[in-house]
Amino acid sequence: MNKKIINTMSMTIPAKSENESFARAAVAAFCSSLDPTVDEISDLKTAVSEAVTNCVVHAYQKRQSNDDIITIACELAEDMLTVKISDHGVGIPDIKQAMQPFYTTVKDGERSGMGFTVMQSFMDKISVNNNEGGGTVVTMQKNFTKEAEKVSGE
Amino acid sequence: MEVLTKMHRNILYISLNGELDEKTAEYTRLALEKCMLQANAGQIVIDLANLSFMDSTGIGVLIGRYKKMKDRGIPIFISNPSVQAERIFNMTGLYKIMPKIKGAI
Ligand SMILES: Nc1ncnc2c1ncn2[C@@H]1O[C@H](COP(=O)(O)OP(=O)(O)OP(=O)(O)O)[C@@H](O)[C@H]1O
Ligand SMILES: [Mg+2]
Repeated sequence: MNKKIINTMSMTIPAKSENESFARAAVAAFCSSLDPTVDEISDLKTAVSEAVTNCVVHAYQKRQSNDDIITIACELAEDMLTVKISDHGVGIPDIKQAMQPFYTTVKDGERSGMGFTVMQSFMDKISVNNNEGGGTVVTMQKNFTKEAEKVSGE
Repeated sequence: MEVLTKMHRNILYISLNGELDEKTAEYTRLALEKCMLQANAGQIVIDLANLSFMDSTGIGVLIGRYKKMKDRGIPIFISNPSVQAERIFNMTGLYKIMPKIKGAI
């Protein structure tokens, strides 16, 4: 049975590194109606930051241009958040390889190649696909603890 | 991001205050490099108690500094990571090269 959609949000931002902190805070704020725990919010912020950073660094090659657009679309269905982060950048030739731990195409910089592994570990589900017309779409899901399951008397 | 330092005996204590992501990585890298090279320390402790956010970009920054200091034979330790930072460190095996220690500045 499909869960009932209770809210949606969509935003577009230029692929600039100064927008990363704003993007992760916006997605976190969107979930506030679920009364998430501090840890759930930190996990979510970290995963969103990984995906947005990849758009800035890889998809648009750090051009920091207002013309390079990242779209962040969120959907809340009961206690489940789906966040879709997409770009129209260079795309990923081999997605399976890109998602391997420690795999990075950055040769001269200081990258650990752990972005996708962090997203996988901090969210419940992740899928990576080619975007229509070029670029990449990262779709992640996270289930939030139901009120009743939280320890009462906090 | 604010990089604060304090020297005690021959140990350089560095405190990272703020968010470490792609936006602040370059500044953090340069600031760490500068104080690490100036200090003439025998050991370095990077304290993360006031680091409010870090993603995998931060791992690159830390490993990069480890490599630089390793050439000089100066070990680096980590203290007070957040839950999320700790999970990323465990995933990447960072503690094998920069062990975690207890304590604060
Ligand atoms: N949006 C994207 N567009 C194009 N290429 C991408 C995108 N996201 C990831 N990639 C490719 O996938 C690789 C792996 O990404 P991942 O985030 O796991 O590691 P990284 O970004 O290289 O390093 P780190 O995230 O640890 O700083 C990247 O090196 C890049 O080649
Ligand atoms: Mg990455």
